[in-house]
Amino acid sequence: MKKLSNAAPVLVILALLAIWEIVVQLMGIPLYVLPAPSDMIKTFVTELPVLLRHAGVTVMEALAGMGISFVIGIGIGVLIDAMPTFKKCIYPILVVTQTVPVIVLAPIFIIYMGFGYAPKILTVVLMCFFPIVVSFSDGLGEMDAGYLNLVRTYGGSRFQLYRIVKIPSAMISLLSGLKVAATYSISGAVVGEWIASQSGLGYYLIRAKNGYMLDKVFACVLMIILLSLMMNGLVKLFGYAVLPSARKRKESRL
Amino acid sequence: MRLDVNNLNFSYADKTVLRDLSFRAEDGEFISILGPSGCGKSTLLNVLAGILQPQGGQVLIDGKEIRGVSGQFAYMPQNDLLFPWKTILDNVCLYGEIHHRKDEMKAEAKAQMARFGLEGCENKYPGELSGGMRQRAAFLRTTLCDAGIFLLDEPFGALDVITRGDMQDWLRELCSNLKRTILLVTHDTDEAIYLSDRILILGEPGEGIRQEIRIQEGNRTREWLYEQGGLRARIHRIIKQNG
Repeated sequence: MKKLSNAAPVLVILALLAIWEIVVQLMGIPLYVLPAPSDMIKTFVTELPVLLRHAGVTVMEALAGMGISFVIGIGIGVLIDAMPTFKKCIYPILVVTQTVPVIVLAPIFIIYMGFGYAPKILTVVLMCFFPIVVSFSDGLGEMDAGYLNLVRTYGGSRFQLYRIVKIPSAMISLLSGLKVAATYSISGAVVGEWIASQSGLGYYLIRAKNGYMLDKVFACVLMIILLSLMMNGLVKLFGYAVLPSARKRKESRL
Repeated sequence: MRLDVNNLNFSYADKTVLRDLSFRAEDGEFISILGPSGCGKSTLLNVLAGILQPQGGQVLIDGKEIRGVSGQFAYMPQNDLLFPWKTILDNVCLYGEIHHRKDEMKAEAKAQMARFGLEGCENKYPGELSGGMRQRAAFLRTTLCDAGIFLLDEPFGALDVITRGDMQDWLRELCSNLKRTILLVTHDTDEAIYLSDRILILGEPGEGIRQEIRIQEGNRTREWLYEQGGLRARIHRIIKQNG
């Protein structure tokens, strides 16, 4: 029963792909309108070297953007927790940054920063830092006051409260935010590349779209999905590395 | 260490909880504090530990006045408050980590593990231990503090009756060797009778100490405790009487 429950999502995806394949084949839908999954996979395999070359650029931008988002997110998260006035001032601005569509901001970044990597990385930062800030500051604020009082009665300083109690306790919440950010990061880089670039999956995607090569568009989408899942997996590995207690709990369940 | 509490006052917003509360705990004395819910038992421990600031009065240790977090008290709340992401060894060495002598304290903690029934648990996480073992770990963490006075706020309140009894036997034996001044807040009359040299019964909020009872028996056993029905009834009457 448990095995069936684990296999259910895979079975559902396979069923949908099968329906898609049958509909395309039976109705004779042309490639430039909707490629069948089999066409998409064939193109993915033949185009793999090109896709990987472009993916390398996209992943580099995504990782740089994630790294910057992580540093900014942690810094702002701590300030939000430590200074309620700072939170009152900064939080509405953070929310507003998320209400403006990235597709609108990306061309503006290119006008200001040129056609290099910087505007793409900034696009990733804009998409990724918010979930990190929110999850981390929420995690910092959720700690049971009893733990904080315990450390205070033992003579712990404010810095130690953060180092020993608050930051470790916020890690699980932070990891949730990082997973969301990691999933966004590839999409963010692709959006940046879509507006103006010489390489990357966004560049590949717009060239394929302009040529009505939808099988290549779908193959690229598949690559984007795989990379996003890979980024998500990297965050999970990071979580196991920094939270040995979580790893041990998982191992004990196996 | 001798503790003197003189005319201590504390209020939450418009509710006075402690009014001119005064008592003395002699060096090495075990005092239990009983009283109705909301009478200020836990508040008193929080004030002594420095978590809450009193609005008036004095706290003296060996004649010297202390204020705020003094480092003289080792506080153990009802919840074991073990950090779930730290191993038991790291948890019990929290005081050493804060005061930059964790390695030295680890050696001391390892030597104490067996005495606290925690042998082989050094590298386990709190989630892997039973409630009783977690309380023992929390108590080991408390004893490793340099403080001379222990503040125990219903340390066994969350345990089942059998485990609580075992923990009381264990604590009684341990305390006879520790030679520390202990203030225990509890709702359990039997626990207070079994463990204490003296019981302070607080009245309604702001009323202060309604009565104190000294327990003279030196050789206490469970059988002795079962025979203390009269004392138990007397304590209940004192707690229930209207201020």
